[in-house]
Amino acid sequence: MNVGSLNALIAVCLIYVIFLFGVAFAAERAAMRGKGGLLKLPLVYTLSLSVYCTAWTFYGAVGYAARSGLEYLTIYIGPSLVLFGWWWGLRKMVRIGRSQRITSIADMISSRYGKSNILAVGVTVLAVIGTTPYIALQLQSVTTSFAVFSGAPESPGTLTATALWVAAGLAVFTILFGTRNLDANERHYGVVMAIAVEAIVKLFALLAVGVFVVWGIADGPSDILNRIDNSKIANWEIQGGRWAGLIFLSAAAILCLPRMFQVMVVENENEDHLRTASWAFPAYLMIMSLFVVPIAVVGLDLLPAGANPDLFVLTLPLATGNEGLAMLSFLGGFSSATSMVIVAAIALSTMVSNHIVMPIWLSTSDGNGATISGDVRGVVLMSRRISIVVVLLLGYIYYRVSGGGTALASIGLISFTAVAQFLPVLVGGIFWRGATRLGAIAGLTVGFVLWAYCLFLPSFGPDVVLSSNLLEYGLFGFSWLRPQALFGITGLDPLIHTVFWSISLNTLAFFLVSLLSFPEPLERLQGAQFVNIFEHSSRTPTWSGGVAKSEELMVMAQRILGAREAQVLFAREAERQGLSGVLPEPNAAFLQVLERELSGSVGAATAHAMVSQIVGGASVSVQDLMAVANETAQIMEYSSQLEVKSDELERTARQLRRANEKLLQVSEQKDDFLSQVSHELRTPMTSVRAFSEILRDSEKLSEEDKRRYSGIIYNEAVRLTRLLDDLLDLNVLENGRVSLHTQEAVLKEVLDHAIETALSGSEAKLKVERSKSALILIETDLDRLGQVFINVIRNAQKYCEAESPKLSIVITEDVEQVLVDFIDNGTGIPHEAQEMIFDKFARMNPQKAGGAGLGLAICREIMQRLGGDIAYLPGQGGTAFRVTVPHRMRMAAQ
Amino acid sequence: MRPPAQTVFLERQTYRRRRLIDLIKILPLIGLVLWLVPLLWPTEGAEQVSSANATIYIFAIWFVLIVAKALSVNAFNAGGSQKDDELKGDERGQS
Amino acid sequence: MGKRVLLIEDEPNIIEAISFILSRDGWDVATHSNGHTAVDAIREREPDVIILDVMLPGRSGYEILGDIRADGNTSVLPVLMLTARGQAKDREMAEAAGASMFMTKPFSNADVLNAVNELVA
Repeated sequence: MNVGSLNALIAVCLIYVIFLFGVAFAAERAAMRGKGGLLKLPLVYTLSLSVYCTAWTFYGAVGYAARSGLEYLTIYIGPSLVLFGWWWGLRKMVRIGRSQRITSIADMISSRYGKSNILAVGVTVLAVIGTTPYIALQLQSVTTSFAVFSGAPESPGTLTATALWVAAGLAVFTILFGTRNLDANERHYGVVMAIAVEAIVKLFALLAVGVFVVWGIADGPSDILNRIDNSKIANWEIQGGRWAGLIFLSAAAILCLPRMFQVMVVENENEDHLRTASWAFPAYLMIMSLFVVPIAVVGLDLLPAGANPDLFVLTLPLATGNEGLAMLSFLGGFSSATSMVIVAAIALSTMVSNHIVMPIWLSTSDGNGATISGDVRGVVLMSRRISIVVVLLLGYIYYRVSGGGTALASIGLISFTAVAQFLPVLVGGIFWRGATRLGAIAGLTVGFVLWAYCLFLPSFGPDVVLSSNLLEYGLFGFSWLRPQALFGITGLDPLIHTVFWSISLNTLAFFLVSLLSFPEPLERLQGAQFVNIFEHSSRTPTWSGGVAKSEELMVMAQRILGAREAQVLFAREAERQGLSGVLPEPNAAFLQVLERELSGSVGAATAHAMVSQIVGGASVSVQDLMAVANETAQIMEYSSQLEVKSDELERTARQLRRANEKLLQVSEQKDDFLSQVSHELRTPMTSVRAFSEILRDSEKLSEEDKRRYSGIIYNEAVRLTRLLDDLLDLNVLENGRVSLHTQEAVLKEVLDHAIETALSGSEAKLKVERSKSALILIETDLDRLGQVFINVIRNAQKYCEAESPKLSIVITEDVEQVLVDFIDNGTGIPHEAQEMIFDKFARMNPQKAGGAGLGLAICREIMQRLGGDIAYLPGQGGTAFRVTVPHRMRMAAQ
Repeated sequence: MRPPAQTVFLERQTYRRRRLIDLIKILPLIGLVLWLVPLLWPTEGAEQVSSANATIYIFAIWFVLIVAKALSVNAFNAGGSQKDDELKGDERGQS
Repeated sequence: MGKRVLLIEDEPNIIEAISFILSRDGWDVATHSNGHTAVDAIREREPDVIILDVMLPGRSGYEILGDIRADGNTSVLPVLMLTARGQAKDREMAEAAGASMFMTKPFSNADVLNAVNELVA
């Protein structure tokens, strides 16, 4: 064909990708606005599972059928059985994944075995090795179909160039939608929706080709059945080992493939979706495989003998002149390949970033990494983006190195066998409490060494990685170590040989080492938690009352979750503990919640390490161990009740103590109020009186002195007036007799005006930085709000002790209110004084300020009148105030 | 006093529900066994099963399993309001 | 050579006013405005009389007075206390701490002058 059709093809691809962008973008927007109605459909979940059907299914299944008859069905029968049997295993996996906030299969395994980072790194590396060929396979299929469709000469140069472009394009798409979320959460609504759409496209495309073949080329089903029996597929003989072995292998793969884990467990919105998927996904698989044999036999009939059966889906419509259908078919293949690569890249990059990059980064950014303030989310996202590029690059390199020659099916099965090695550790982990970390490491190591030695390395062909000598005579000349005939058992199919030996020796090693080793406390806790998830999924007895400082935890949490999210979380927990303010007590329950939230962003092992860094190592207490040791539910129940009671007592006592302290302070202050007012008034009056006497009594004063003394009298009089104004203002506000003038305005303008007023006429060099904010409209008393802003800015000007004082103003908005945070780079206010500063005359440093210490008290009164609030915001490094402004002023109850 | 009829009715409901769970649990095992049946087929001679018939057999199992599964899951969801001790509170259907 | 007075006060305008009044009368006036280092300043300057404000940054005037009375060299040094709080309680506290004289702000210039002169007489 010609260049024109190539251009048309590229154009169609681009339009399709832009369409997917649109879908993903719309889904993200909807999810952000809390709607996401479509995402709540079990159908979308089911369709997203179709990332199982890659280009290997779309193109490869027909090729597989043409070569090996009905054997291709095993690849879909296995997963169907797993979904049918959701009650046995998947249900549990999804529950654990959700309740422990698991981010990937590596996180799942590491989390189960005592949040072990070694295990996480191991699983990650193995997953990357196992998935790389599979990504290469997708690149190959897109590239080849491109070449076939456009009729371009299949010169290796153009092919590799196309592959590079495809890889780069996919990297961009994945980065845009896989790492868009600033909160680095594990749900990717946009991607899931795009994948559901792609699932429909590939199903529709394959059905269209199938219908065309059955009714357009052949004469309907009976003709097809005849053709089957007259084709070479009729000669297919079932190979018992391969039939059963491949059903097992594909069943294992759907549980262990990183991308399947991603869509099935991590992206799961609602456990009930699994129930629908338990029949709908097998139905999808059945329909996908329905027309495979018909297409294969018709292809074998019609197309010349040398034609590549892996491309029948594309070449059949082309050969019969149906360009439109061919285009649809191409898009189907394109969808299959891209959805797999995108999800696999997201899953792998999450693992690489959480388990390899972040731990390294945290340990290198000096020993105390977790508590430095500043935002770490940027680092998380950046490391994910880089990981995505690396994963795709690896796929591309594998494609270049392997030459893209191997039949699609065999690469897919090599990958399946690799990830199936996770199965014993995964299943053992959720069903057997005796499984230990050392056992898991042993099992995985044995499994992967065997996989690499027996299947992966030989797959490159003799003398590429393994010498032909070794293949024939075994390692070190031991014939029982021949890669494809271990222990002298010859005649087995190489794949089944590998599956059999690797999985059984993997399981054996895992089992024996688990029996012989003794688990660490955390492993036992997590083991009990995973295995008995349905009995007590509400409680993970992990932390027991350390002496962490809440503020330090806050600093850390803000970096990972984002300031706003962390504050909301802390405030909610504080409220649950019955405390006022924003800092909860760092008790076991809170630390556990925090750790789980953090693990959603950085993985369980890292989250655990970070929290223990602050809480101080001793993470598991004797009580926790007792809870594990006590097998019966009653004892668990009893001890937890006791714990709750003593917690409650302690909390009540603490609250009483606090109330008492506060009362004492308040009464002292009330007592002091008069004497404070007296002091504040008398001080300026002293100067006024002294200088006016001097002016009156001294005749020999110079003109300059006279002027200066009158100046002092004037200034002190102004100070007195201001003080009286403040007192009256406060009195009016407190008695609720104030009249408010509600106006609508843009927040930015109110703020700019306040900044200008506050900074004018002062020589102090306070630098004010205001975050860019959208156009936020507020309706309130603008003068009063401005007064508050000015006061807070002037406070920073007066009290910020940094060498180059800086005040940053951060504006965040939600549905009901706007939060304006004023954060300076000074020393901050000690915890015990954070509440008192809003009391009248409660200055930190009485002599430094020119005012009377009424400013913040007035601000608080004003904000409460305006239906908002002002509060001290701990854990920001410097002194920080948060002003909460409702979008529309609600009249405070009078 | 609770009318005895209602008690009987409730027990029956619970009983049905448990049997439904049994069905849901056993279906994949039935599927596995049926799908392994081709291993028993003679591979040589006149009695060899044709590929066309094998295809029909495999897809028929698939279809029946999907329908059975869909029906049982729907029945399970529909009866979800019943609290069932066997479910240990974790698998109550949407009601 | 005039008598030496040490003024311990932190309000700059009041410092200026008192310094003016006393130096016009022939006093040698030194000033100090930090509560922490006030006792050191007294030792260094060896004044004949001290004017001490109650509210000082760092330390209260009562504490400083306590130190002055505890030190053998300064235990009889005349001290005029100034306070902006005019309550009876404050007067009692000043007397308890050992103030030689007590004045409430605002004061008349003549009163201050008379008071210090009386104290060194």
